[in-house]
Amino acid sequence: MTREPAPVALVLVSHSRALAQGAVELAGQMAPGVLLIAAGGMQDGGLGTSYDTVEGAVVEATQDGRSAVVLTDLGSAVLTAESVLDLLDEDVAARVRIADAPFVEGAVAAAVTAHGGADLTTVLASAVHAGSTFGTADESSASSSGSPDDGVLRATAVLRNPLGLHARPAAVVARMLAAYDARVRVNGANAASVLELMKLGAKQGVTLEIETEGPQAAEARDALVAAVEGGFGEV
Amino acid sequence: MTLDVAWAVDWVRRSAQTVAEHRQELIELDRQIGDGDHGENLFRGFTAVVAKLDALPAEPADIGEVLRLVATTLMSTVGGAAGPLYGTAYLRAAKATGVAQLDSHGVVALLEAALEGIVARGKATTGEKTMVDAWTPATEAAVAAADGGASPAQVLAAAADAAHEGAEATVPLVATKGRASYLGERSAGHLDPGARSTELILRAAAQAAA
Repeated sequence: MTREPAPVALVLVSHSRALAQGAVELAGQMAPGVLLIAAGGMQDGGLGTSYDTVEGAVVEATQDGRSAVVLTDLGSAVLTAESVLDLLDEDVAARVRIADAPFVEGAVAAAVTAHGGADLTTVLASAVHAGSTFGTADESSASSSGSPDDGVLRATAVLRNPLGLHARPAAVVARMLAAYDARVRVNGANAASVLELMKLGAKQGVTLEIETEGPQAAEARDALVAAVEGGFGEV
Repeated sequence: MTLDVAWAVDWVRRSAQTVAEHRQELIELDRQIGDGDHGENLFRGFTAVVAKLDALPAEPADIGEVLRLVATTLMSTVGGAAGPLYGTAYLRAAKATGVAQLDSHGVVALLEAALEGIVARGKATTGEKTMVDAWTPATEAAVAAADGGASPAQVLAAAADAAHEGAEATVPLVATKGRASYLGERSAGHLDPGARSTELILRAAAQAAA
């Protein structure tokens, strides 16, 4: 499958070079079509945030007219990123947003959303939303039971792959569904969100209840059922 | 009496000197309530600033040019929160001092711009156990001194004295901004390292003017 590079890139700013590179690796596994740039540590490799490193990363991320979302870890990473944006050319800075989001979860969520070709605002929102996806129940899942003729298409599929709905297949689902004009829920979780899917903790043998709505509800449902029953290529 | 470019250069060199002398103290203060890198980071930053000053082909044309060099160098080399905070302070101060001479009110404008930069970057207010707790009384004291007809040197001495008082007053405070805020109540009983370095840097400014 070939595709255009995603229009939104991510810059991951950490005090630690290893942490930034690790986050790029983790998010990159789930979103191979997104430009992810690590900007971690000082230029000598020590702990800290380097203005020059962050500036270079933001400039690289925004080349070719791309937008960029910047994720940061602790205090000075935020301050350094803000300083860089203050001093950047305004037309570049206007295409960059700093996400108030957890570093790892935000990076993964934003990367997967960007991979689907989403715009800057949507990618930013998915990063910020990642902060509330962990630890709090999804309130909308309670209202998913309706009458059979409410416009919602339903299907079930049994998870076949040994590790269940872990990070990689969750990302496959979220990415795949981005291609359809449909809202999809899996056991009540928003299937566009990798983090919500992973939070289900669905293991091998679990029956997934799939609900789809929207103009391409049938196509989305069929594609998802096929992917689940195909074991996401892992069996 | 006014302050000139030579004063600005001397201020920067004296700042590097005092940071080097107090490097271990700042490290210890930061180790108690932060990540222990403030002394090392500022030392590295000001060492780089002095190296750049030494490498200049000619004396800068105005005071703002000196402060801009400090700003960009600290941002690039400090590594901790002090980099963007002091960097923004010097950058704003540079914009307020694009002149060859500063009178007392010019000194006040420099300090006010620096404080505004720190507040804009760090979004801290007084009482949160940060460098703002030294910069704010320092600026207020400078305004009062200038309005009372003090010389630039006297304005800076008043600012440094007030920064000292402000830094000491951070001891009982509970931090609510910065790395120390993770310690909550346990941050009380310690002097804030950023407030201490502010005091040192303002004292250097006053000594360069004396």
